[in-house]
Amino acid sequence: MATLIVLLVLVLFLAAIFTGGYNRQFLERMRNSRTWDWLTTVDHKKIGILYLMGGLLFFLIGGLEAIFMRLQLFAPGNDLFVGRTFNELLTMHGTTMIFLAAMPLIFAIMNAVVPLQIGARDVAFPFLNALGFWLFFFGGVLLNLSWIFGGAPDAGWTSYTGLALNQYSPGPGVDFYVLGLQIAGIGTLIGGLNFIVTIINMRAPGMTFLRLPLFTWTAFVTSGLVLFAFPAFTVALLLLMFDRLFGSNFFDHAMGGSTVIWEHLFWIFGHPEVYIVILPAFGIMSDVISTFSKKRLFGYNSMVFATVLIGFLGFMVWVHHMFTVGLGAISNSVFAVATMAIAVPTGIKVFNWLFTMWGGEIQFKTPMLWAVGFIPTFVIGGMTGVMLALPPADYQYQDSYFVVAHFHYVLVGGTVFGLFAGIYYWWPKMFGKMLNESLGKWHFWTFLIGFHLTFFPQHFLGLFGMPRRVFTYQTNVGLERLNEISTIGVAGMLIGTIFFLVNIIYTLRKGPKAEADAWGLGRTLEWSIPSPPPEYNFAQTPLVRGFDALWVEKEAGNKTMTPAEPLGSIHMPSPSYIPIMMSLGFFIAGFGFIVRGIPAAVFGLIIVFAALFLRSFDYDRGYHVEPEDPEKGGKE
Amino acid sequence: MANHTDSSTEMPNHLETATFEGKNKVLGFWLFLGAETVLFACLFGTYLALRNQSLDGPTTQELFDLKLVALATALLLTSSLTSVLSMIKMNERNMKGMITWLVITLALGLGFLVLEIYEFLHYVHEGHTFMSSAFGSSFYALVGTHGAHVTFGIIWITTLIIQVLKRGITTETAPKLFVSSLYWHFIDVVWVFIFTLVYLLGKVG
Repeated sequence: MATLIVLLVLVLFLAAIFTGGYNRQFLERMRNSRTWDWLTTVDHKKIGILYLMGGLLFFLIGGLEAIFMRLQLFAPGNDLFVGRTFNELLTMHGTTMIFLAAMPLIFAIMNAVVPLQIGARDVAFPFLNALGFWLFFFGGVLLNLSWIFGGAPDAGWTSYTGLALNQYSPGPGVDFYVLGLQIAGIGTLIGGLNFIVTIINMRAPGMTFLRLPLFTWTAFVTSGLVLFAFPAFTVALLLLMFDRLFGSNFFDHAMGGSTVIWEHLFWIFGHPEVYIVILPAFGIMSDVISTFSKKRLFGYNSMVFATVLIGFLGFMVWVHHMFTVGLGAISNSVFAVATMAIAVPTGIKVFNWLFTMWGGEIQFKTPMLWAVGFIPTFVIGGMTGVMLALPPADYQYQDSYFVVAHFHYVLVGGTVFGLFAGIYYWWPKMFGKMLNESLGKWHFWTFLIGFHLTFFPQHFLGLFGMPRRVFTYQTNVGLERLNEISTIGVAGMLIGTIFFLVNIIYTLRKGPKAEADAWGLGRTLEWSIPSPPPEYNFAQTPLVRGFDALWVEKEAGNKTMTPAEPLGSIHMPSPSYIPIMMSLGFFIAGFGFIVRGIPAAVFGLIIVFAALFLRSFDYDRGYHVEPEDPEKGGKE
Repeated sequence: MANHTDSSTEMPNHLETATFEGKNKVLGFWLFLGAETVLFACLFGTYLALRNQSLDGPTTQELFDLKLVALATALLLTSSLTSVLSMIKMNERNMKGMITWLVITLALGLGFLVLEIYEFLHYVHEGHTFMSSAFGSSFYALVGTHGAHVTFGIIWITTLIIQVLKRGITTETAPKLFVSSLYWHFIDVVWVFIFTLVYLLGKVG
């Protein structure tokens, strides 16, 4: 009740302020402030930066949780974080890293790069783009508020209902998981849909599908996976919410329910999710390796084919997470074969990267280091993946540290290395400043060594029988030394991340300004426009005359792209406060459901619907910018 | 609006995709319907897995009354036809005709909704509730989600009628009307599957 009153008073205050009832001048000042500009922006470049900041914030939080866990496991019988606290840490580490760090960082780079790579002025739905970001952000905040309000979720990131129902996980923890991820998930779904339409409809003249840079291709396939995988998770979360909040019986065995349904729904979403986070990393690698080898990407068509095939097969393998459920030999075999089949297109990609470097003029700039470090690391993770795909062997590996080692090799060695490569590579384009090379190299080497030190021993810990998700182990069973090494390795990743943060702060203050073609080797359209780009990106839409559009022009002796249209005024969408208002409504509704305060929940949903109506009746036609005078045009 | 000649003859045949924004909206909405298909597929799967877990409550054979459901089906499927007719009128720039058909569509949708609410009340009376068994939970989750979609569709189309009365049939309102019509057909198609897999299969299987 108290919460409700506080919320109500807050809303009344906000209403008074926003309608100008408090002070008209204040309203004016606020409209022109930079904060308001960022809160209401629909510009894909700014939204990309917001995603980047949000993703990095949660990356640090998730990393801190990992450090706590490794400290607990440093010595046998340690009592630093035990029992429920450890369960909360491992649940929140996994959930945060997957949903609130990896996904938004991918969307950050997609937002910053995809429209530029296809020669577009913005995404297809700028409004939905902003809405997607704010839903992710408020969902993430809601999930993390659980630490303060009654305890974090503690049923693992997979939240199997044998652990997550009310009788097994009392308290609001899992409710925060359900509602926080539901809100963030809607945002992700919207984002994915937006990028599919953008890539289909917004390509510049001449930018055919088989001329798309590979990062755009992977963004396209990933968006497709998001679109068709997330609804399964939406349903799973909805059913779990009904079971926990409204007394339904989907997963309660005593009432005829089945916990296996959760596992199916979760992994029908969860396995494509693995490819959602790895495919863009493949795309980044392809662009980075091609650029810094000064060569056309080897086997472009086979790369595209492999990407699409991985996306397709990604939906056919979810049961390999459930081999030990006992679905029978036939189904286990079918899914095992499908899983091993994915190694083929992935292998195609690895060889194509190697052949791209072969005979190239390789420059080991920081992004290239990450890309080269990625290949062996990811291949190790892929190999253990094929081992895990064998059902009889999986009965031995399952729920051991071998699995933990495997998925950290693909998720950190694959996705995180890929994201760092992408961030270093496109940072100049996003911020107009070059990141410092030597700090970047320190970041790479400390992180790489720390990573292998942490996770390589975990393969053996698993083979020696150490179960995952357990907060301690005994002495004299041969697990001490490897656990010590594993914890020490974390320091390397921590130091690397600190180098990265120092690099960001140092560079934003003192870094050299970036040229349009920041690395001097640009092959794709984003390097043909200033860094950072003006709000309309391309003063004139470029004409694309081949794959690696900018490189084609460079080889023809041209300094810039050939325009496909005369100079003219450019239509821009207006900024809007509705995305943040609607996300706030979802946030209040989610919080209301969690604390079982139905009035607050209804109130939040009313805000959501009010926002929907405001949007539907809003016929704002945007404004026009004259590209000749970007400084003046940008302000008006 | 209906008697315009000059400006409307210059307009293209399909108003909904006449502008770039309209094209984006229609494509985006098709993709959204793809996501919705997965959502309903998951609910169908859950229902099919749990439909025999009725515990002490009534089973599907005892519960379902096909006559009432057939009537509801007829109402909803007819509303798809009237929705098409309203879109034809829209592309003829015949505002009066379009709104007439839209109102008939809404009336049929409301009729369906009333029957469904009556049906649910009847089931609750029989001891088949959301909380009584896994069958109850999965039944109401699937059919209720569909009902919620119909309700949302009715509210949505109502607001569109208000907008079109204010602004007329333009390249801005036409895509909105068109995607709402797509949405309406989609919930009809879902109902066809519900009728088959829930009610007919419930009677025989």
